Amino acid sequence: MTSLTRCGYRKNESAREHSGERARLACWRSWPGFVDFRKQNAPASKKLHDHSAQKFAKAGRFRQQARPVRYPTMNWNRKDLLGLRELSADEINFILETADAFKQVGTREIKKVPALRGKTLVNFFVEPSTRTRTSFELAAFRLSADVINLSASTSSLAKGETLKDTARNLEALHADILVLRHSSAGAPQFLGQRLKASVINAGDGAHEHPTQALLDLYTIREKRGKIAGLHVAIVGDILFSRVARSNIFGLVKLGARVTLVGPITLVPREFEKLGVAVSHKIDNVLPEADVVNLLRIQHERQRKEYFPGLSEYTALFGLTKERAKLLKPDCLIMHPGPINRGVEIDSEVADGAQSVILDQVTNGLAVRMAVLYLCGGIST
Amino acid sequence: MNDSKQSSSSAALPIMDAEAISRALRRIAHEIIERNPDLRSVVLAGIPSRGDEIARRIAGFIAEIEKIEVDSGVIDVAMHRDDVGTRAELPIVKASQLPTSLEGRTVIIVDDVLFTGRTVRAAMDAIGSFGRPARIQLAALIDRGHRELPIRADYVGKNLPTAANEKVRVRLEQTDDEPDAVRLSKE
Repeated sequence: MTSLTRCGYRKNESAREHSGERARLACWRSWPGFVDFRKQNAPASKKLHDHSAQKFAKAGRFRQQARPVRYPTMNWNRKDLLGLRELSADEINFILETADAFKQVGTREIKKVPALRGKTLVNFFVEPSTRTRTSFELAAFRLSADVINLSASTSSLAKGETLKDTARNLEALHADILVLRHSSAGAPQFLGQRLKASVINAGDGAHEHPTQALLDLYTIREKRGKIAGLHVAIVGDILFSRVARSNIFGLVKLGARVTLVGPITLVPREFEKLGVAVSHKIDNVLPEADVVNLLRIQHERQRKEYFPGLSEYTALFGLTKERAKLLKPDCLIMHPGPINRGVEIDSEVADGAQSVILDQVTNGLAVRMAVLYLCGGIST
Repeated sequence: MNDSKQSSSSAALPIMDAEAISRALRRIAHEIIERNPDLRSVVLAGIPSRGDEIARRIAGFIAEIEKIEVDSGVIDVAMHRDDVGTRAELPIVKASQLPTSLEGRTVIIVDDVLFTGRTVRAAMDAIGSFGRPARIQLAALIDRGHRELPIRADYVGKNLPTAANEKVRVRLEQTDDEPDAVRLSKE
């Protein structure tokens, strides 16, 4: 069994008062029980029920005919968000539920809540980023936290200070939350174990980008009403993509069927070990996909030998106007941005009715507010 | 339902049953009508999860008595609380649903139990972010005392003097899958 989180029936009554509403609890419907990531090879529906039945029979506290519980609640006890690999399906759903509440804040006259008043957030971006950094910054402002932005060139990393020393100095200034983007996989884990402050991974190398995957999941759930059972195609540079890895972990845990599509050099068969399918022919996958998530070709991480040229990539894997006609009419087109118009996606498709690319940006703010609230709000 | 819960509820002192709750809420509806001649400006804002059910019921009684549908919504207070970051457990946040502008409206905050007043303060803060209402009033099914802030309810279902170590448990059919009841138990 993967890490069983502290999720369960609350004993004290006051805690139940703030639990979720019945109508919005679609993702709790399968509760109790969570998807065991390592048992993905068993048939999806059967496995879930067997697993939970076993678990509760062992506990001996729940009768077969027990009343359905409408307000399962959860004890969030993580100070860091390092990746989706370590989260349970329940924890991912809990973040998405929390993001619902923060999305509503964006529609108010005053779009600011005092939840993290007096906390200091440091945006520490060793790799350049506009979208993610601004999104985190705005999320922190909306939660009334104070924000400092640091980049590699403006910090003493340029003078040869180690990552750990820079981070410890920030902590000595009583930073409460550290949002870290780094070119090395594992940098957030490294700091998370050494700092008292919360560490939020905003992308580490080609490893994970949890908040991007969470906002993708949130957008799918919002637009399609569910995630389990959907067929999601992730197209492009999977090998170098942290977005793809986090998406794979999250989607598989929530019961979606994932197919990775791309040139054989960028989508090796090794990925099948994560419980996903691999295809090298986009035209076979598009007609049956419910969601197409296109990834940017990352020039900065690539050397030339992975594929001959951008125009050939577009011809074989780009979502052109003609290819878009293969899609189901309700298929969602997603892209984490920035878009290379005319490379992985045609302009007409990116601006078309099926595209939810800008919804992803809006939802990113809500999801990041939820993550900051959950990780920064617990007392450590 | 597990056994430990049953034994704890049998030890608890019954305070109100379904009929008593219904009578109290009907009286509150009458008082709201009496105090607010312009009922169309009234918005009932329930605090999750039992406050919003109580707000729905009061709105139902008002509709029955005056044939006017008053607006009723949900106001989430979790992100406006003053103890975020000091508690080991975070209050679960829920989306608020209120008319987007509260300008000139009378907002009545509805909760099941009024205790320290801190939740109500957070609710007033939250309402402020939806606009500037003409006035805010407070309705509670149970007022158990022990206020820590200068807050007083306008409409009270039942005043219940309690000791600090006692617990007031409100159960509503729609939110708890149990018959309506209010009970008092020792910690």
